[in-house]
Parts: sequence; C-alpha cells; structure tokens
Amino acid sequence: MDILELKNVSFSVADESSAKEIVRDVDLSIPYGKLIAVTGPNGGGKSTLAKLIAGIEKPTEGAIFFKGEDITERSITDRAKAGIGFAFQQPVKFKGIRVLDLLRIAAGRKLTVAEACEFLSLVGLCARDYIDREVNASLSGGELKRIEIATLLARRTELAVFDEPEAGIDLWSFNNLIDVFRRMRDGMDGGSIIIISHQERILNIADEIVVLKDGRVASRGSRDDILPTLIGTSAAVNYCVKIDPNGR
Amino acid sequence: MKELDTIQKRLLEEVADLHTVPEGAYNIRANGESAGRRSTENIEITSKTGVSGLEIRIKPFTKNESVHIPVVIAESGLKEVVYNDFYVGEGADVVIVAGCGIDNCGSQDSQHDGVHRFFIGKGAHVKYVEKHYGSGDGAGKRILNPVTEVYQEEDSFAEMEMVQIKGVDDTLRTTKAELAGGAKLIVRERLMTHGEQNAVSKYEVALNGKGSSADVVSRSVARGDSHQVFDAKIAGNAPCKGHTECDSIIMDRGRILAVPGLEANDTEAELFHEAAIGKIAGDQLIKLMTLGLTEAEAEEQIINGFLR
Repeated sequence: MDILELKNVSFSVADESSAKEIVRDVDLSIPYGKLIAVTGPNGGGKSTLAKLIAGIEKPTEGAIFFKGEDITERSITDRAKAGIGFAFQQPVKFKGIRVLDLLRIAAGRKLTVAEACEFLSLVGLCARDYIDREVNASLSGGELKRIEIATLLARRTELAVFDEPEAGIDLWSFNNLIDVFRRMRDGMDGGSIIIISHQERILNIADEIVVLKDGRVASRGSRDDILPTLIGTSAAVNYCVKIDPNGR
Repeated sequence: MKELDTIQKRLLEEVADLHTVPEGAYNIRANGESAGRRSTENIEITSKTGVSGLEIRIKPFTKNESVHIPVVIAESGLKEVVYNDFYVGEGADVVIVAGCGIDNCGSQDSQHDGVHRFFIGKGAHVKYVEKHYGSGDGAGKRILNPVTEVYQEEDSFAEMEMVQIKGVDDTLRTTKAELAGGAKLIVRERLMTHGEQNAVSKYEVALNGKGSSADVVSRSVARGDSHQVFDAKIAGNAPCKGHTECDSIIMDRGRILAVPGLEANDTEAELFHEAAIGKIAGDQLIKLMTLGLTEAEAEEQIINGFLR
C-alpha cells in the first residue's frame, strides 16, 4: 500500500462558455518513506495537484486515497487531522497572529517558546527575533516562506506537500532550504514528502521525479533516470540562472 | 472592603483582571455604591460633592503607581451617570485601570455612563486601560455610554487602550482630546459587537501645540446583525502629526460605517487617515484549516489575533 494514491483524478474549471481541464486523468502513487519532486512547465497543473491533495480543491473526477482510505470527499480540516501537511506557495499573512501562535496551532499543542524556537532555527531564522513578530507584511517574502516551512515542520505530518518552496526567497535562504529538505528526507521515519519545484537542486535530492505537463503525468521515474532528460528545460532551472537569465 | 457576590466578582475579573483587592490606590463601585476605596501617599481619591463620582489627584512626579476604579453592576434597571476627574501632576508616570461590567438578567435596561476627564500635567505619562463587558441573558439591555476627555499639557504622553469585546448592547463612546505643544496621544480601541448590538465610537482630537501628535487606531469586528459607526476626527491646528485608522472585519449580516475625518488648519500639519472594512480573507481560513482547525476554530483564531 502507498501513503497516497490518486486514481484517474481530473480537475476542470468551467466558465460560461467552456470548461478548462487543468488536471487530466492523473494516476499517481506515492510510496511510504520517499521524497518525490513534481516538476514540469508552468501551467502544467502542479499547484492544482498539490491543492487537490490538501483538499483545497476537489477533483471533478477520480478519487484520492490516503493510507488506503478514500479521502476524496473529506474536508481540508479532516485531511490535515489525518496527517497531510501543506505549505503554501504564497504564505498567508495575518493581523495580530504571531509566529509563536501559528507554530502552536500547527503543533496542535502549547509549544514552549524553546520548542517553537527550535523549528525556527531549523529554517535558519534567529528564533528570539521572530517568535513574537506578527505574521504580517512587516516580514519579508523570504521570512514568511521560512515560517511557512517551520509550521509544516511543527506539524510532523506523515505526508508533507510543499508548493514551490523556493518561490520568492533569496539565494542564501535557498541554500538553507535545501539543507532543511535534506534533513527532513533523512529523518522521515516512514513518512513522505512531495515537493512541487522547478529547481534543479531540489530535484537533485528527490528519490523520484514526476513530470507533469498539460495536466498529465508525462514521465515518472528515479532521479537518475529523469533528471538528465530535464536539464536545460524549464522543468529544471538552475537557481542563479532563474535570477539572472544570462547567468552573470 | 465590602464583600462582593459571585457575579460581581466575576465582572471584576473581566473588566480589571482583578481577583482580589488591587495594589495601589483603588475605588470599587458596585451596584451604584462604593464597595471599597484606598488612597495612597501620592494618589488621593475623594468623592465629588453634588454629583456622583470621584476626584483622583496624583501628585507631581509620582512614579510607577497605579489606580484601579472598576465599576460592576449586577442589578437590573440601575441607571447611573458618574463623573470622574483625574488630575495627573507634572512629571508623574502612572497606570489607570477603569472599566465597567454589567450583568443584567432582568427585564429592565441597566446603564452606566461614565464621564472621565483627564488633566495631564507637563511631561506626565499616563497609561489608561478601559475594558467594558456585559453578561446576563435578560431582556433588559446593557448600555454603556462612556465619555472620555483628555487635556494634555506640554510634552505629556497619554496611551489609551479601550476594549469592548462582549455583551454590551448599546454604546455611544465619545472621546475628546486637546493637546498642547509636544504632547502625544496614542489610542488603541478594540471593539466587537454581536447579536443586535449597536456601537458608535466618536473621536475628536485637537492638536493645538507645535510638535503634538496623535495616533488613533480602532480595530473592530461586527458579527450577527450588529452595527457600528466609527467617526474619528483629528484637527491639526499647529505644526503636528495626526493619524487615524479604522480596520474592521464584518461577518454574518454585520454593518460598519467608518468616517475618518481630518481637518488641517495649519500648513505644517501632517494628517493621515486609513480605513479598511472587509470579511475574513478566505486564504487565512484555508491556511488555518490546513493546520487542522475547523472553519469555526479558524475564525476564532483570526478574530482573537485581530483584536489582540
């Protein structure tokens, strides 16, 4: 049995005249204890796939199984409680909710300040400076992103889904991020991680790579098999190249 | 001190975080009568003559002392107007905790109108905390109409934290302030209404002296069928800085009218206002739900944070 199974999952959005299919008939199984990277060109349906797993969107067709149980009709909350964690591509800002509050909600218990600080240290934030800060626009994009990842660490879910964790963060943070994922992978303890990403360095630490194109699984296999076919395409971008197209 | 009953004690906890007799100077008013009072060497509390209320005189340069003057009402149909005057001496630095809790289980309206006037001396610093709370399920309304007047001398500093989170059916809050040169006023108002409640909060701040400044910020939540009006006016009559902000969440069928007003009577006056009203952002709810909260729990967390 796999930790997550998508069976013939499709998702389309309809407007007045037509329906647009974003995810088409996706069959995908995620085994226990693996780090899976999902890549592919922009608009290929990657983020939608992540939202379907978290329950933020519901499939128009097909079914999703988590640890053998059909969760297709289960709410976001139920899926979270069952053990699915989700890190947003664009971290959400709040008014008045502090970093400590968010980590406590994520952990589902009253974390001590010392415990909360540990999660922040793991994502490279000097904890004492952040613990009482509000999760609002006074924090930079990179800081918000790292806090977002810390909340997922605090949840300790069996399945963690990261939607483009590298989006909007600086190079220094990005290097840190790779270390965080490497540590998560090494300490997975049977759980699995799905990372939606274009970044070659993230693909490089994955056990398996899934390529999503036009809403379909275009290819899937071990890193060694898939990565060489992606180098030089938009599915595997070098971080510095992305910042500066000329690579300077 | 006169023994308070269980309801009065609970109200006292809600409005003043008091479990027992506070440190420092205090006057506790319960069901329209004084239930206990203490003056200290530097802070003298006396009753007014002619009208109901207190005179609180704080000696110049009194430091790190506090005054508690909570009011609790647990009697249906009691209506009172109370005039309290605070004279804060030059250079003093004090905390004043007021607040009113009404429990009305009866059918008649209970009402407390507190008129507080602050005369803040040169260079003095006052932190004023006022909490209003209502409980009881009688048909009689719980009504609070506080009037706060602040007269600030040169270089004084007033911080006012005014909170009304629960159970007050009808409220008209009026706050007036006049600031001399270099004086600074910070107001943080937190308001939540629910059911059929109605709340009006009016501010009139006059920045009269050079270098004076005011920052009036209200955060509010209107739920159920409640209605709120926030009407804040700052007048800049000298080179000064003024800022007013109303940030509100509406839920259910709640309604809010925000009327930020600025009046510049001096070319060197710098005045700003901001107002934003909207429902809870969907992505905030979704985020907290992905952390395992139900939608209702997520709403509570968002509101608690917002009104912190």
